[in-house]
Parts: sequence; structure tokens; C-alpha cells
Amino acid sequence: MTNIAIRLENLSKQYFIGKRLKKYETLRDTLTDAFMSPFRRAGKLLRGQATGAAELDEEIWALKDVSFEVKSGEVVGIIGRNGAGKSTLLKVLSRITEPTEGYAEIRGRVGSLLEVGTGFHQELTGRENIYLNGAILGMRRAEIDHKFDEMVAFAEVEKFIDTPVKHYSSGMRLRLGFAVAAHLEPEILLVDEVLAVGDARFQRKCINKMQDVGHQGRTVLFVSHSMPAITRLCERTILLDEGRVLKDGPSPKVVSAYLSSGLGTTAAREWTDPARAPGDDVARLRAVRVLTEDGQTTDAVDIRLPVGLEMVYEVLQPGHILMPYYYVINEEGMRVFTTVDQDPYWRGRPRPPGRYVSTAWIPGNLLAEGMLFIGPTMKTPQRKIRHFHVPEAVAFQVVDSVDGDSARGDFTGSMAGAVRPLLKWKTQYSPNERK
Amino acid sequence: MQIKDRLEQQTTTAATQLLRVDNLPVIRIEPSKGWVSLKLRELWDYRELLYFLTWRDIKVRYKQTVLGAAWAIIQPFFTMVVFSLFFGKLAKIPSDGIPYPIFSYTALVPWALFSNGLNQASTGLVRHAGLIKKVYFPRLAIPIARVLAGTVDFSLAFIVLLGMMFAYGIVPTLNVLWLPCFLLLALVTSLGTGLWLSAMNVQFRDVAYIVPFITQFWMYATPIVYPSSLLPEPWRTLYGINPMAGVVEGFRWALLGTETTPGPIIIVSSLAALALLVSGAFYFRRMERTFADVV
Repeated sequence: MTNIAIRLENLSKQYFIGKRLKKYETLRDTLTDAFMSPFRRAGKLLRGQATGAAELDEEIWALKDVSFEVKSGEVVGIIGRNGAGKSTLLKVLSRITEPTEGYAEIRGRVGSLLEVGTGFHQELTGRENIYLNGAILGMRRAEIDHKFDEMVAFAEVEKFIDTPVKHYSSGMRLRLGFAVAAHLEPEILLVDEVLAVGDARFQRKCINKMQDVGHQGRTVLFVSHSMPAITRLCERTILLDEGRVLKDGPSPKVVSAYLSSGLGTTAAREWTDPARAPGDDVARLRAVRVLTEDGQTTDAVDIRLPVGLEMVYEVLQPGHILMPYYYVINEEGMRVFTTVDQDPYWRGRPRPPGRYVSTAWIPGNLLAEGMLFIGPTMKTPQRKIRHFHVPEAVAFQVVDSVDGDSARGDFTGSMAGAVRPLLKWKTQYSPNERK
Repeated sequence: MQIKDRLEQQTTTAATQLLRVDNLPVIRIEPSKGWVSLKLRELWDYRELLYFLTWRDIKVRYKQTVLGAAWAIIQPFFTMVVFSLFFGKLAKIPSDGIPYPIFSYTALVPWALFSNGLNQASTGLVRHAGLIKKVYFPRLAIPIARVLAGTVDFSLAFIVLLGMMFAYGIVPTLNVLWLPCFLLLALVTSLGTGLWLSAMNVQFRDVAYIVPFITQFWMYATPIVYPSSLLPEPWRTLYGINPMAGVVEGFRWALLGTETTPGPIIIVSSLAALALLVSGAFYFRRMERTFADVV
């Protein structure tokens, strides 16, 4: 078939991630090796054996035998948990890194939005950076000239276009970066999570722009953690896990399979090895979980019932006033709320070394249905020191049972909003005051 | 009616799309093996990027410095002053009958172009690690742009050189027409060495420590403080294996009219520089496949 835009055939990518420990028999062996290895490395380097040069021999397959085809004009979502190989796949397809085995065939010009604002130089002005960034992304000068005003308007930085980028806010930089990238008009567009950043209004603007791209018959591969964005933008979705294609089909099916498989998220996490637990020499996180009223770990909560967020941590040094808190983020990447430990006993009081369990209770009938991601964090509030922060450590699904006494009432459609509180409603009726 | 219209519209767009897709070039992404081609054609396609990268390197080079572009002159000029004092006045090193200050400065100007270019090129890939990890483009563009950006410094230092020639009453002969060739030779040497070192620097940062050494040794191995005419003939021509020897002698011959014709030495130098460039480019391309993973 000729209308295949992307074809992958057993594409695999291997990374060397570390050095395997060797056991030395004698001191002499150790010394000889220490003396010889620079020569051995230099020799390998000169012969151009790049991977061998650093003597890394512990390997992982970031992608293993990935095969699929994408038709021209198709918009395909790629999902999977962190480390599943999504980003590596886009890197290989955008030719940033080479595959180890297999091959891919791509028909047409490829544009990638792997990270917006790549190549921005702090000292250059917005105008100069647009040209530089455009050229880096593969645009011709005439093309940039032509679209310049449009990009500036899209980024909403007209006033600052001749100011060095170092004086921009991070939001402005981001908008400018996306504006340049979004005006690239390749036949194939590779997008990695750029939509998960920026303020909500700009995100919506980006999503609209992406939809335009889809409608213009361009092929798009879209990597995201945002399931609503995936289902909205993509007809077809590919689920990757440990470098392999686990599922490939219509987005709603693949997304729900992913969510129900527990691959994407987990309701409880524990760090059994203290050395690997997140934290510093003051406090260390040992476990986080989502629990129901009766103390059971759960990954799905009835919208009407309270849900507990529990963190287990160790304090290692005396004399620190600590403040555990949680970020709660929804599927769209929006911060629904932040909650801090304000237990009156511990306010302004240092926590002596030992093991602690802090639980926060979210009341029932407050959250909207959907996936919520929890980021447990520990701070010393006065000195603004962060001891640990694990973004999206655990997650749970708020499930709305349509029947019953929830905030939904008799409404059966989809209810928009980040929260869905059960508010007290009162409706008065006066039969005689009719006109 | 409406439905039919839309259907028709859809089929036509599908057909044009098919047509368009058919004409598109197919890129095949697969593991490369052994020594790979240089893909000069692709580099040519990306010439605008090369232009923008060069332009950026020029633009940001002296940002946030007090003296700014004056550094381009200060560096070779004060080296010349020191050299004139110690090597010219005290050690009384011969200078082919030319006043020592201009004798050494004429050599120092192309030398600064070479050594700065080498320095910039060898650190370029690591500097632009963020770019390499995020976007595809011919990686060769980075060291090339960084060497080319040095020509602005060169021009500034060269203006001072012209001023000095005027002050010393030296009028260049027609040989000066050859000067661009020697300039090119310096750039090729700088880039060739820079390609080797930059590709190595990605793997091992040792290179960053080696470069100052190399440039220092190389400077004394180049006839900057002394004339190559100190060497007897077969050796003098052989000296051209150091391409910078050819560059420096070429500059002196073209601008100052030193009597010794540097013909043979320059031929040897050109061949050496070419070998350096070609081998460097192939080595670079071979190492390129792992840049994004290692840098």
C-alpha cells in the first residue's frame, strides 16, 4: 500500500545503562585493570567503537520488536507508563537516536514536538529565537518570514518580541516555543506531552491547533499521559509496556484496558529499601497509599464516600518542623487542590526521629469523577526546604454510580468540572404568583 | 444531495492525498553499520540552519562581557607584545628581516582563528547537548558553525594587522590574492581537528582538558615565534605536515613578502589538512549515532 506514512518492522532499541560489577581476584588484578583500562578505552575510542568506549555493559531494551503501520492522515495516540518506551519510540522516529535492530520507514517530512523551546538562547531576543528555533526544527527562512506574525500572535508575546528571552516568564517562553513548533507544517508530526504544560487556557489553544493539524490530513503520533486528550484527539491508540506493543486499537478500548489493567497507576507504593526511598537526611518517604474508610487499599472510590491519603515516612534528625502535604492532580494535569498537614498537635512543633503515618481524608461528594494523581511531599515550611516530592506517586479513580444520592441528582449526562461538591439546594415554590 | 457532495469532496481529497503521499520521499531509519557516508547532500539542505547557528554563535559570543568584541583583538595583540619583548628583543630570534612585532602578529592572527575554532568546535556538541537530544539535524552543522563564527574575530584582528602594516610601511604584493586560500586552509585545519576532538569529547570529557595542551604544544610546533627558514630544505618542506606551518608561512608570504617562497610547504600542508578534515568527518559521522544517547 502506498498510503502508509509510517511503517515499523521489529524496531528495537537497546541502551547501555551501567557498568556491571566485576569481581577481582587479587589486588594485582585490580591494579592491572586500573592501569590498562584507560589504554583499552582510548583504543576503542580511536577505532570508533562508541558504545564500547565507556565500557557500559548492563543493558536494557527500551523498545523490543515494535511493529505497526500508520496510514497517512491518521492520528495515533501512544500511551503507557513511564519507561514503557514511548519517548524512545518518538526519538527513534525523529532520527535523534538510532535503532539497534529492525527498521522504520517514514514517508514525508517529519516534525517533532519533543520539547518546545529547544535551542532557545537566553541572550537572544524573541524575534531572533523564532528564527533560530524555526531553522532548528527544519523550517526555511522564507517560511518563517511568512508565518512570523502568526507565531507571535499565537504566543501572545507581541510586546516583548525584541526583549531577550532571559527576561521572559517561563510561561511566555513555553508559549513562544509551542507557537514556533505548531506552525511547522510537516507531513508527519510527532508530539510528546507538550500539551501537559502551561496554563489551562493555552493548553486548550494548543489542543485546538493540534486538532486542526489532524484535520488537514497530516499524520500525527501523540504521546501523552492525559487519557481525555488521547481519546479526544486520536481515533487509534497504541499501548506500550516494557518496550513492546501491548495493545493497538480504537482509543476508547485501549485507554480503558490500560486504566483497568493497573499498568498506568497504582493505589499503593512502598519503598522497602531505605537507600532507594525518596528523601534526604532529614525525612524519608517509605510508603503511600489510597484507602477507604475501613482502611482497605483501593484504586477506585465511590464518588459519595470519603477517601484517605496515607503516607508513611521516617524522620531521621531531631529538631525539624515538618509539613507533609499532598498535591492532587487530575487527568488534564490540572492541580485540583493542595492539602497540608495542619494537625494542631504538630503545628510549629518539631517532629522527633521515628516512624510516622499521616493520613488526609477527602470527604465524599467533593471530587469529580475521573483519575486523580497524588504527589506526596515533605517540606520544612520556614526554610522552604523540600525533603521529598514524588509526583504522581499513587492514583485512584473516582467512580460515579449513576444511581443513588450523589451530587448528580437526576442528571445522567457527563458533568464537567474539576470538583463535584454536593451543595445544598433549595427551591421555593409559590403557586399563586403566576403571571 | 449534501451527503453526496461531501462524499465526493472526501474522495477527491483522499485522491489528492494519495497522490501527494506517493511523491514524498521515503526515509528509512535503521541501524548503521561500520563507516557511514558523510551525507553532504543533507548538510547542504540544512544550510540555512548552518547560517543561523553561525549567526547565533557570533551574536552571543561576547554577550555579557565588558570588553565585548575587543577580546578578538586583545588576545593576539598582547601575545604579540609579549613575544616581541621576550623572543624578539631578548632572545633575538631571527624574523626573516621583518620587524619582529609584525612578523609574529601576522602569524598570530590566523593562529587565533585556528585555536579558537578548535576550542569552540571541540566543546560544541557538549554545549548543545540539549539540542542534540531533542531535535534531528546533521550534527556536523554544530562544529562547522562554531569554526565559521570565528571568522568575525579574525576580521577584527586582521584590521589591526592592516593598521600595523601601514604603520611599518609594508605594502603587500600581488601575492595577497592568495590570502583567501590560506584562510581556508586555517579553517579546514581547525575544523578537521575540531571534528576529531568534538566526537571524542562526547564520550569522554577528558578532551576538554586536553585541548589547551594541544593548542599550546601545537603553537610551538608552528613557526609563530620563529621563521621556518631556520630549518634546512628537505626538513622545511616536511614541516608542512603541520598544516598550520603552511598557513603561517603563507600569510607572511602573501602580506609581508618574505623572500622564501612557501610553495612546497603549502602543498604538503594542504594535503595534510585535507586528510585531517576527511578523516575527522568520517570519524565524526561514525560516532554520531550514539551522540544523543551518551552526551
